[in-house]
Amino acid sequence: MPKLDWVALTVFIVLFIGVTAVGFIAARWRKGDLNLLHEWGLAGSRFGTLVTWFLLGGDLYTAYTFVAVPGLAFAKGALAFFAMPYTIITYPLVFLFMPRLWAVSRKRGYLTAADFVRGRFDSHWLALAVALTGILATMPYIALQLYGMEVSIFELGINPEIALLVAFVILAAYTFVSGLRAPALIAIVKDCMIWIAVIVCVIYIPIQLGGYGHIFALAQQHFVAANAKSTTGPVGSIFLGTSASQVAFSTLALGSALALFMYPHAVTGVLASKSGTVVKRNMALLPIYSFMLGLIALLGYFALAAGVKPDPIYKTNIAVPGLIHLMFPSWFAGFAYAAITIGALVPASVMSIAAANLFTRNIYKEYFRRGASDREESNTAKTASLVVKLGALGFVLIPGATLYAINLQLLGGVWILQIFPALVFGLYTRWFNRWALLIGWAVGMVAGTWMAASVNFASTFTLTFGGHAYPVYTALIAFILNVVVAAVFTLMFSAVKVSNGQDATVLADYEDLAPAGVTAS
Amino acid sequence: MRNGTDTGRKRNQWVLWLLIIPFIATLWVPFYAAPQPAIGGVPYFYWYQFLWVIITAVLTAIVYFITR
Repeated sequence: MPKLDWVALTVFIVLFIGVTAVGFIAARWRKGDLNLLHEWGLAGSRFGTLVTWFLLGGDLYTAYTFVAVPGLAFAKGALAFFAMPYTIITYPLVFLFMPRLWAVSRKRGYLTAADFVRGRFDSHWLALAVALTGILATMPYIALQLYGMEVSIFELGINPEIALLVAFVILAAYTFVSGLRAPALIAIVKDCMIWIAVIVCVIYIPIQLGGYGHIFALAQQHFVAANAKSTTGPVGSIFLGTSASQVAFSTLALGSALALFMYPHAVTGVLASKSGTVVKRNMALLPIYSFMLGLIALLGYFALAAGVKPDPIYKTNIAVPGLIHLMFPSWFAGFAYAAITIGALVPASVMSIAAANLFTRNIYKEYFRRGASDREESNTAKTASLVVKLGALGFVLIPGATLYAINLQLLGGVWILQIFPALVFGLYTRWFNRWALLIGWAVGMVAGTWMAASVNFASTFTLTFGGHAYPVYTALIAFILNVVVAAVFTLMFSAVKVSNGQDATVLADYEDLAPAGVTAS
Repeated sequence: MRNGTDTGRKRNQWVLWLLIIPFIATLWVPFYAAPQPAIGGVPYFYWYQFLWVIITAVLTAIVYFITR
């Protein structure tokens, strides 16, 4: 364990206290009645372009991403950069369908993706599938945010367990009190800190290490040497030399891009904005964060060039914290660790709120308390957000459980993509039969889980085409199976005239136009 | 606030096809899986991806302004 660094620790604690204050003050920001779920869980859907940009940026580009992507570059090289095409293509895609979800949700009072599916397909079972998938995929993701915090806190030289517990209590308290307003306001602070840290890193460190050309050369040398030493096949490379590695890269990017906005925390961030126009504008503005993510991925190579060594506990995920420790004076290291840690608070908070919204709307209210009052609804969500976070904390504090969280988060990506047909196709058409969608979902979930488990939770599953073996992102294979099964069963069900329920929405609900006399303010 | 009429919006739908370009440019990896030409020591594979972040943002903005 690194030595206790008082200067870094002091900077860290001061920043953390400041952010905690912001979290509680947020309850009074753009004041609304926090006893309504719509106010607590979506901040009254009043966020404009700038706040939505900070919130979605702070929410989608998570602390775990900032640790794991450069960690993967540090371990395997070019493959980690699938994060770039992934975050490049996700926005044009989302530009097309998310404004429709926003519009129909506003017209019909939907607070979750499952609410929409329930109304569109008149099926509480399909809505339950969507809600459960969202909650299941989110829980390990929250755990990994806490893990991202832990890796940074570790470098400060204090006991990570106790520090995590303190951070957790603070996070839980202000989320409970302020709802979505807290992570939105904190996201502004967080994003500014992350930007400062990243810009300093990509300018200062290359100067110290002899320039970008030199860093790439050292990284490549490292992989050449590691590949020569390896007895289990090549370790990695800073280029994608084989067509197999290119297929893995490309399918990981596509599958992840399709999945990103299926996550409850992404949907929540979108539904909290005040208009479809705000959503569209953000799709042109959020790539600024993708640029930053690319720079952060490069830090994995910086770490190789600087001679950071994998850690016995945190393995290659130590790349960025270890690099910061090596290259910067204490005060700036403290700032950078605080940036990552505070960076974990925003997604962890939004994720727990999003999971709580799903639980309250689509499980509690649907199956247990039909006539729950507004107040009961929001109280249930507040309690659920605590329970979800406690589960995540358990993952991180139980020794050895972090590995399961990483595997489960990977599975979460496979699972969450299985709600795509019901949600996204559903935004355009009711051609698919609701039972066929449910069967397709079930097939995707089971097949995806089986494939992932059979390759010991590697992200790709090898398919053979014409005698060549290609590793393809598991989520994408499961998704294609899901769509095919749903289509085949739809044809069968419509042949025997199985009812597809009553659509609670009309065509005009999906239009991004304010009704006459109402401005889009 | 909004200048396009309903039919104006419909007429401009062709511009949505611009959004397919980033998919082709980034998902077909052979386009950029090469070290050269490097710029300032940054290999082609890397600067190409950064460039496409910017191009995609610009394309999305164009689509936004035309379909508004």
